[in-house]
Amino acid sequence: MSQAKVPAWVNLALIPFLNILLAFVVSGLVILAIGEDPIEAASFLIYGAFGYNEGIAYTLYYATNLIFTGLAVSVAFKGGLFNIGGEGQAYIGGLGVGLVCLSLDHTMPLYIIAPLAILGAAAFGAAWAYVPAYLQARRGSHIVITTIMFNFIASSLMVYLIVNWLKEEGRMAANSRTFEESAWLPHLSDILAPLGIDIGYAPLNLAFVLALVCCVLVWALLWHTRWGYQLRTLGTNPTAAKYAGIDTAKVTIWAMLISGGLAGFVGVNEIMGANHSLLLNFTAGYGFAGIAVSLMGRNHPIGIIMAAILFGALYQGGSELAFEIPTITPEIVIVIQGLVILFSGALEHMFKDRIEGFFIRRAVA
Amino acid sequence: MFETLILMLDATMRVSAPLILAALAGLYAERSGIVDIGLEGKILGSAFAAAAGAAVYGSAWIGLGFGVLASVFLAMIHGFACITHRGDHIVSGVAINTIVAGLTVTLSMNWFSMGGQTPTLSGDARFLSVTLPFADALADVPVIGLIYSELLSGHNILVYLAFLMVPATYWAIYKTRFGLRLRAVGENPHAVDTAGISVAFVRYRALIICGILCGIAGAYLSTAHNAGFLKDMSAGKGYMALAALIFGKWRPVPVLFACLLFGFLDALAIRMQGVEIAGIGEVPVQAIEVLPYVLTVLLLAGFIGKAVGPKAIGRPYVKERA
Repeated sequence: MSQAKVPAWVNLALIPFLNILLAFVVSGLVILAIGEDPIEAASFLIYGAFGYNEGIAYTLYYATNLIFTGLAVSVAFKGGLFNIGGEGQAYIGGLGVGLVCLSLDHTMPLYIIAPLAILGAAAFGAAWAYVPAYLQARRGSHIVITTIMFNFIASSLMVYLIVNWLKEEGRMAANSRTFEESAWLPHLSDILAPLGIDIGYAPLNLAFVLALVCCVLVWALLWHTRWGYQLRTLGTNPTAAKYAGIDTAKVTIWAMLISGGLAGFVGVNEIMGANHSLLLNFTAGYGFAGIAVSLMGRNHPIGIIMAAILFGALYQGGSELAFEIPTITPEIVIVIQGLVILFSGALEHMFKDRIEGFFIRRAVA
Repeated sequence: MFETLILMLDATMRVSAPLILAALAGLYAERSGIVDIGLEGKILGSAFAAAAGAAVYGSAWIGLGFGVLASVFLAMIHGFACITHRGDHIVSGVAINTIVAGLTVTLSMNWFSMGGQTPTLSGDARFLSVTLPFADALADVPVIGLIYSELLSGHNILVYLAFLMVPATYWAIYKTRFGLRLRAVGENPHAVDTAGISVAFVRYRALIICGILCGIAGAYLSTAHNAGFLKDMSAGKGYMALAALIFGKWRPVPVLFACLLFGFLDALAIRMQGVEIAGIGEVPVQAIEVLPYVLTVLLLAGFIGKAVGPKAIGRPYVKERA
């Protein structure tokens, strides 16, 4: 079967579109099953996500986290690695951000804290990915299992650190003190207000710009550097990579370090941008959602931005929807996310083989 | 001291039971070559279906039936994706876990409007503890009495079932024709195919058994261990079972001991809360909680023995065509 005869738009647009459509149809059936109107639900959802400035800003705020985790999953994917530990890496990345902010916010201005916090996020996230990466590359332990285990270890570690060491004295709530304003990443609302754009109280902040920069950097790294070529070779054919003289263990470890660092940036958006204190469970499943984003975005930064905005819209629209129709809970978004992973990931061959076969036959005829 | 130990072992049995069921479920799937990180989702789905069924029909057994059906259905989705459509096993597992996490809350909010819970179960709608014969009469006998009446007696029937499943699985895997084929399919599917046996059919049957066992584990959580369904109540048990499966090197009896060890650590963590140990001070609960995961990573790294999984695991089998 020759791949060349299948038009590019089939693989890049038609098949992803069909998979998404199927995921939405099944979600619609779920909504029908609980006795609500899927069309009405969809219109509330779209209005909540895109209908007004504050809604759009919230959508982009959620999308920021998803771009980071989506990129994280796809950099590893490109090297044939399944990093399922984005959740833990993001959590520990947040710890890095929190520690920088807590130790410097009394003495340093933002333009010193912000770069250090970004470095802290990347370093902590990467460090958390390093152990599974090392074990995969040098000792052959399966990265999926070790990264799952590291998610749980991260979760326990963070509970221990926050409850025993970082919690504010005399408070019940398990979070650190609120940072001084010198450690708050500027909100885009302050920047857009002079231009006459009002986005209300949406916590959309400069981390969104960081996310877009990361997309460009990942794109350049993967498709325009020697290392990116090595990574893609490793992902496509590990044996060929080895015989071509690529140090596969080293590439594996670096891919995971970059992946972990990208996941760690969720901490920048959440801890420094939105919450201004270190708190429990701020990752809220973004690490796992990154899997859906990267699958849907076909592991390409442009695709990932589009997929992240779609899922961001689902998060934001989903809470709006739950407000308008109380019988539909925001968790419906998790169902849609799971269905997208199922149809565009696990069942990708279901449509692909048939549709490609159709176009190949047509090209031959 | 002895009594404390017995009470902790008693707690260990309760906590280990769902782990044993789920880990054995994973054993069937993985020995047949299907990676199953969807254990978590199947347990959660079954816990909800069982609690909902038991709440509506007032019978724990009907609840169990619903739980098993839900779990087998999820296992079949996994099979459809991994066996029929040669999809990625991990991706499919993640998809199932995600869908179930969202769907159980959505449906329970809608059906019962209790903030994502099901009504509290009581009476026949729950599996209550079974007192073994003569347990009361023997209670006063020193040592043996305590072991028999506290440790062995007084669990619900699903706990006994979980422990019985270990020899049953051992027999099924090592002593039956189906077990031989199952192991062969996980090691060398091509050879099995050459012998004229359908690889897909063996794997589907393995997944059905996997679904049934996860279904019992889920029903145990919501209708025996607890009195109803709570949001995300499986709380990582599926992943811990997966860890136990690897820790037990994919063999039934070692898997049992791994589950007991992990269960014991869980019981220990609860007991050690706020307890000062002479010379060390208070051991953080989290330090004990993470031990199962740390131990599994160490094992996988080859520092304590070596875990080698079935050879053909995670690889779709494509039948050769003439």
